[in-house]
Amino acid sequence: MMNNKDLLKIAKNKFNSRLIVGTGKYKNMQQCAKAIKISGAEIVTVAVRRVNITDKKKPILMDYIDPKKITYLPNTAGCFNSEDALRTLRLAREIGGWKLVKLEVLGDKKNLFPDMIETLNSTEILTKEGFKVMVYCNDDPLMAKRLENVGACAIMPLAAPIGSGMGIQNKLNIKIIRMQTKLPLIIDAGLGQSSDATIAMEMGCDGVLINTAIAKAKNPFGMAEAMRHAVIAGRKSYLSGRIEKNIQGKASSPKKGII
Amino acid sequence: MKKKNKIKIKFNGKKLLIDQNSNIDKLIKQFNIKLNNVAIEYNKEIIDKKKIKKITLNNYDNIEVVHFIGGG
Repeated sequence: MMNNKDLLKIAKNKFNSRLIVGTGKYKNMQQCAKAIKISGAEIVTVAVRRVNITDKKKPILMDYIDPKKITYLPNTAGCFNSEDALRTLRLAREIGGWKLVKLEVLGDKKNLFPDMIETLNSTEILTKEGFKVMVYCNDDPLMAKRLENVGACAIMPLAAPIGSGMGIQNKLNIKIIRMQTKLPLIIDAGLGQSSDATIAMEMGCDGVLINTAIAKAKNPFGMAEAMRHAVIAGRKSYLSGRIEKNIQGKASSPKKGII
Repeated sequence: MKKKNKIKIKFNGKKLLIDQNSNIDKLIKQFNIKLNNVAIEYNKEIIDKKKIKKITLNNYDNIEVVHFIGGG
């Protein structure tokens, strides 16, 4: 169990779990809901899409994941310009008053890298409109700083391209961003296995967001559980303070009394 | 009913022929959409769900009704 005082704080909201889970790519809504429950996540990302008017029997997300129990984080995944992202989040707010949102403006259809100019402009506009904006971004310390300056409430750099499962590719930049910001730092995309999550947490990140690594694992429930423990382990390890690295060996047993 | 008493609209990307003098409330009910947990856009402007009875639809209007689905 985590120390109750060690909460993830985002824009005055407090969470016990530091694992944020995406709700896409699951086989069905039952599998998604069960994986989220096992993961212990208290925040889930959701997409805004048209109501299906031809197939009325299509399952509804809210029937499986209760927004009163789990915080919905509306996301602009699939938006490739500021206009679409703003439109999407304004609609999300209208659905039920959601102000805590995740901004994701993509600029590269192949690698799904964010368009940081559009992202920066959108962050500034949304913040002025009263949104609390968690921002998917490159692992670029300068852009992270600029996002902070225009009012982002959390910095969410990619570890690697979305859905790639490659783990953190640029640890140095993540460390620099960690050192320069007091905002929640959440690794957003590209984690593939539980050790990737632990590494992020051991680097001092405040949380991780994982979708594909759980949803597309051979056993999503097993991976959800692994991710839950990995995030807790990484956080505990970070808070506990690792030993200094030393290239020479140091005996663990005392020399005194050797026979 | 003759076609002349109908208007053409676009609803969630689909072209529809509906009765003249229909309003958004009637359209939403026709498709059994529950108003809670959706947002409605009328010609690219978000509208107050309480006022949908007052918005009479015109030829070539565009209505979008969205909700949350699973996403990353």
